[in-house]
Amino acid sequence: MGDLFLPVMVVGGVGLFFGLGLAIASKTLKVFIDPNISRVQEILPNANCGACGLPGCAAFAKAVVEGRAQPGGCIPGGEKVAVNIGDILGVSAAAADPMKAVVHCRGGKREAMDRSIYKGIEDCHAATFTGNGSKVCPDGCLGLGSCVKACLFDAITVNENGLAVVDRDKCCGCGKCVAACPRNVISLIPSVHKVFLACSNHDKGRLVRRYCTVGCTACTVCAKATLSGAITIENNLPVLDYGTEEIFIIAHAKCPAKCYMDLVKGRPKANIDTKCVGCGRCAEVCPMKNVISGAPGQRHVIDKDKCIGCGNCINNCSARAISMWGGLGYDAVDMRNKRQRNTSTG
Amino acid sequence: MTDSLTGIVQISIAAVLIQNFVLARFLGLCPFFGVSKKLSSATGMGMAVVFVMTVASMITWWINKAILIDMGVEYLRTIVFILVIASLVQLLEMVLQKFTPALYDSLGIYLPLITTNCAILGVAIINTGINVFSGTGYSFVESTVNGAASGIGFTLALVLMAGLRERLELADIPKSLDGLPIAFITAGLMALAFLGFSGLSFFK
Repeated sequence: MGDLFLPVMVVGGVGLFFGLGLAIASKTLKVFIDPNISRVQEILPNANCGACGLPGCAAFAKAVVEGRAQPGGCIPGGEKVAVNIGDILGVSAAAADPMKAVVHCRGGKREAMDRSIYKGIEDCHAATFTGNGSKVCPDGCLGLGSCVKACLFDAITVNENGLAVVDRDKCCGCGKCVAACPRNVISLIPSVHKVFLACSNHDKGRLVRRYCTVGCTACTVCAKATLSGAITIENNLPVLDYGTEEIFIIAHAKCPAKCYMDLVKGRPKANIDTKCVGCGRCAEVCPMKNVISGAPGQRHVIDKDKCIGCGNCINNCSARAISMWGGLGYDAVDMRNKRQRNTSTG
Repeated sequence: MTDSLTGIVQISIAAVLIQNFVLARFLGLCPFFGVSKKLSSATGMGMAVVFVMTVASMITWWINKAILIDMGVEYLRTIVFILVIASLVQLLEMVLQKFTPALYDSLGIYLPLITTNCAILGVAIINTGINVFSGTGYSFVESTVNGAASGIGFTLALVLMAGLRERLELADIPKSLDGLPIAFITAGLMALAFLGFSGLSFFK
């Protein structure tokens, strides 16, 4: 009996001592943690992408509950998460304007010339170190997929032409790829904008023409055609101001080197109906040549093949005879945005 | 005094290099592979292990002497030590969270991972054995130093491994060996390299 008693007492006594110690400690050393923090963390994407500017989702949840961050600060979470956080904290929340990554290069294997063959680690940083990559162009996409590896949402792939392509549906705008690209080819633009400049080259035009068929030659046509002044040429490359109402569709249509990319599959075309009084005001504002034709006083006609769907003519029509037709892959929201833009710019 | 100082230096070098916890004793292999993917987390984990090992050595030395040996129940060592270490880590976590939030933020997530880590229990049990340098049992100071030095040895192995694995990420490794297999091979080679330290002789 004595043999059994002692060990049971020792283990039991030590266990009891530490158990009680922990019980007392948990009362006296209790740190109050806001239960909202874990609730907020549950609804966050928990990808720890760092797009909010804080180290991970846990830090963001803490910052939001403590009022140091805005509920809309979670960029991948977007509006849904912002509203849910707002519900938990009892405040109204608006999501930040969603941003999407775009690749400012369209000179792949077919378009841009190589000056060497790169055989090494499949990584853009490594290729940049070894002789600044295989392309002649010092700024183009190398297509070795450093951004693909950096993307937490599998939104980037490298296509068969050796160019990084962003899947707009998966992209959350966290900016990891922007930081990962050694050539600074990727940037974030507001998701309402569908047209962007797909070139990052700062060389002079005649140089660019030698090694890339789709490189920007800094001809300034886009800057002159965009009357709102949202395009300026800096260091041989147009700079697009996405903060204005401009949608850059005219720049896309006018660019002789086809450097601009339009993410909309098919833009709607303008159509003039029988209400037309033949005033000719539509032809005055049309940025393209020979699209709108017709004698004064007669019903004007729009060449559907040449119309770029900019919508300038709609708001300038005295008889309200113009409407936009068709538009494959062109959703109603974009359309509304564009109408509003055009109304405000006149 | 000189003798004990020499003894302490001997224990430290032995624990860090010659009898390295991971690479010579093969203890604590789970965190060695689990937390060695990134240098930053390896450092954090290492610091937490040093901290817990030192404190655990101090407490278990006292428990061993005052309770187990005095009552003649040394055979309960393992179960009592596990009990003590597990509660100790819990208690440490609470104390850190309450009084030093900054330290808790850097070590906090690693503390539950080492609650019943075999390396912590290992150092506690080694401290109850015979000190090969003096031929007697470990004194309180010696076991504390042994705990701290073993933790530093563990950290050294972990940080070296993390540095290697960060470079392995970029290396062109055959697909079948990518990830853990190459880490196992690397660990084996590191253990071979550390075998060289056994040539350092302190035995008089």
